[in-house]
Amino acid sequence: MTPRARDILKDGLWTGNVTFAQKLALCPLLAVTATATNGLGMGLATTAVLAATNLAISALRRVITPQVRIPAFILVIAGIVTLVDTAINAWGHELYKVLGLFIPLIVTNCVILGRAEAFASRNRPLPSALDGLAMGLGFTLALTLIGAIREILGSGTLFAGAALMLGAPMGVLETVVIPEYKGFLLMILPPGGFLALGFVLAGKRLLDARAARKAAAATA
Amino acid sequence: MTALTARPWYQGVLLGGFCLVAAALLATGERLTAPAIAEAARADLSASLAQVIPAALRDNDMTADTVTVTDDGGATTVYRARKDGAVTAVAFRVVGKGYGGDIVLVMGVDRMGEILGVRVVRHAETPGLGDRIDARKSGWIDAFVGRSRANTPDSRWAVKKDGGGFDQFSGATVTPRAVVKAVREGLERFHLNRDRMLADAPGRQP
Repeated sequence: MTPRARDILKDGLWTGNVTFAQKLALCPLLAVTATATNGLGMGLATTAVLAATNLAISALRRVITPQVRIPAFILVIAGIVTLVDTAINAWGHELYKVLGLFIPLIVTNCVILGRAEAFASRNRPLPSALDGLAMGLGFTLALTLIGAIREILGSGTLFAGAALMLGAPMGVLETVVIPEYKGFLLMILPPGGFLALGFVLAGKRLLDARAARKAAAATA
Repeated sequence: MTALTARPWYQGVLLGGFCLVAAALLATGERLTAPAIAEAARADLSASLAQVIPAALRDNDMTADTVTVTDDGGATTVYRARKDGAVTAVAFRVVGKGYGGDIVLVMGVDRMGEILGVRVVRHAETPGLGDRIDARKSGWIDAFVGRSRANTPDSRWAVKKDGGGFDQFSGATVTPRAVVKAVREGLERFHLNRDRMLADAPGRQP
């Protein structure tokens, strides 16, 4: 039985969020989030891959047998990631110069294989594509949020370099939050990623706990 | 009778078929993107060359006018700036060993061996400490402009900590030391191969 679109979206963005709930894909999360722009770029690239792989794998789910499903999934994923990689290199070169190293690694992002196995191989193509989109956007949200926290604390800016990397219209996002800021280096270095992630996860727990208390109070 | 999809040969045919389709898609993708990727790489190169050689010294397409010099340090591709047909300056890559791996630099040198500019093309130095070699982060790299072997003796080609004439950064000495060394070696390479680099014959036209 196919889940409803509303539930798919809610699951991807919040209740089953890749980072906040499943705590998957932490490696790319920690690696690229020194700025909000990098996080947004990586998130959108992952979203494109996730929607495309879910759609392809769901369309092929009757052809693929359980015995060889893992190599078949990986082949589809690796092929699509390589296509996205060359496409970004060709038409988003500034973004590629920053993310270049991490894009081929999307293949090994466990979320992609995870959604193929858990959702796309059991559902029809359209809901699968929607699930990929929702999961990808949830991941983008997490990457951008943690990137923004690290960038504001570490460099005093927000979305620096957005016009260069994501196209001129995105330049409106570029802001200097703290002028004349000398920078808090730790937040840009890898430990800053762990710190920001820890506080964000704690924040999610607090929100969930408050929602649960409210629900309990309402039924009582 | 077992279902078609449960037979062993089906698994092999399935994976083989997937490989064929994936290979065909990748080959098509490669074809579609190759010109744009080559163009972007060329634009990158020409932008970094433009930063190390002033516009007044060139009226040619430097990416298309190259010579290759080979010495102990390996082969170097030299991009030549021309004004009215005569070679006015050259630009080439040098590589330093930084704290976070290779620091790739491109440097421009005029006919007399005086540095016109140095820029970092790629590096993996510590953000906030070593990355001040990047012209977007600080003006440190411009300390090389106007330097030559004639006006800066060998002993001054070092960071101040080592008795030389270049600032180091507090908390990061390895990075500027590597850059100074790479630039000095670049100048040595220029003097060693000067005749070949400045030869007036037109370079290879790719």
